[in-house]
Amino acid sequence: MSDTNEDLLHIGAHVFRSRLFVGTGKYKDFAETSAALLASGAEVVTVAVRRVDLSARGEGSLLGFLRERKLTMLPNTAGCYTADDAVRTCRLAREILGESFVKLEVLGDPKTLFPDVVQTLEAAKILVKEGFTVLPYTSDDPITAKKLEDVGCAAVMPLAAPIGSGLGVRNPYNLEIILDTVKVPIIVDAGVGTASDAAIAMELGCHGVLMNTAIAGAKQPVLMASAMRKGVEAGREAYLAGRIERRLYATASSPLAGVIGSKHS
Amino acid sequence: MRIHVNGEPRDVAEGTTVRALIEALGLAAVPVAVERNEDIVPRAQHETTSLHEGDALEVVHFVGGG
Repeated sequence: MSDTNEDLLHIGAHVFRSRLFVGTGKYKDFAETSAALLASGAEVVTVAVRRVDLSARGEGSLLGFLRERKLTMLPNTAGCYTADDAVRTCRLAREILGESFVKLEVLGDPKTLFPDVVQTLEAAKILVKEGFTVLPYTSDDPITAKKLEDVGCAAVMPLAAPIGSGLGVRNPYNLEIILDTVKVPIIVDAGVGTASDAAIAMELGCHGVLMNTAIAGAKQPVLMASAMRKGVEAGREAYLAGRIERRLYATASSPLAGVIGSKHS
Repeated sequence: MRIHVNGEPRDVAEGTTVRALIEALGLAAVPVAVERNEDIVPRAQHETTSLHEGDALEVVHFVGGG
């Protein structure tokens, strides 16, 4: 492990040890949310900005817990379909938290939840000018990823597959091109279904993975959170270690010399 | 006078400040952000910003989300 002790993830002015970012939606209750967050080992946790329900409030404990554990909150713009709404949401998030770290998400369509990359790029430009550290959710299109870097995003977050689909990394070759052409950290955001999906993303060289449904929707979310932590760590270590070349034929692992009964020793 | 808070009509006294509204809503201890007519009212101005008839306020906070 000594090789990975200093393996830190830098995003803007932030430094993280964990490469697993987790969402806080869709859990049964606060107890399950907090147990899953702890089991995941995540240091970055996404939250949504919503109207206070003036008739019944019950979310106060989440913010307190995140602060107590010194977790970094990454407010998102989930549910926004225009650059204007996303920018407005980010400004509100900054007002709540006093921090400028945001996950930009501008959706194009409620059925696929694919990003509207034109609106995303537009919002990213405005937010970067206003001093935000912008982490945009985007498609796995290398051209858009590069443009997001060029306008000053601190990381780029391409999807592995549609949000909540659990289909895993659908286009590893696009992710490889993005990794080859974009210099800011690449965080795979959305589409992971199980621990091996997270490991695959990390083995490709992605710098982190963000997920919500894969953990919250598992039959045992806390156990899956732990599995995801290990999947991300395993994938990262395997990437750093450098895998062997794929070969068509076998290569023996044991010495060929000295096999019993052989004519020559 | 009548204002709207998160889309709901609400009657408040003349001269009510943003701070007084937040307290009346029971949100004094909750980290919230307030928009008045689509412009953020910075926290430092909550006590000095008075509401006007017809103002539309958005009071938001963080909830669980991906």
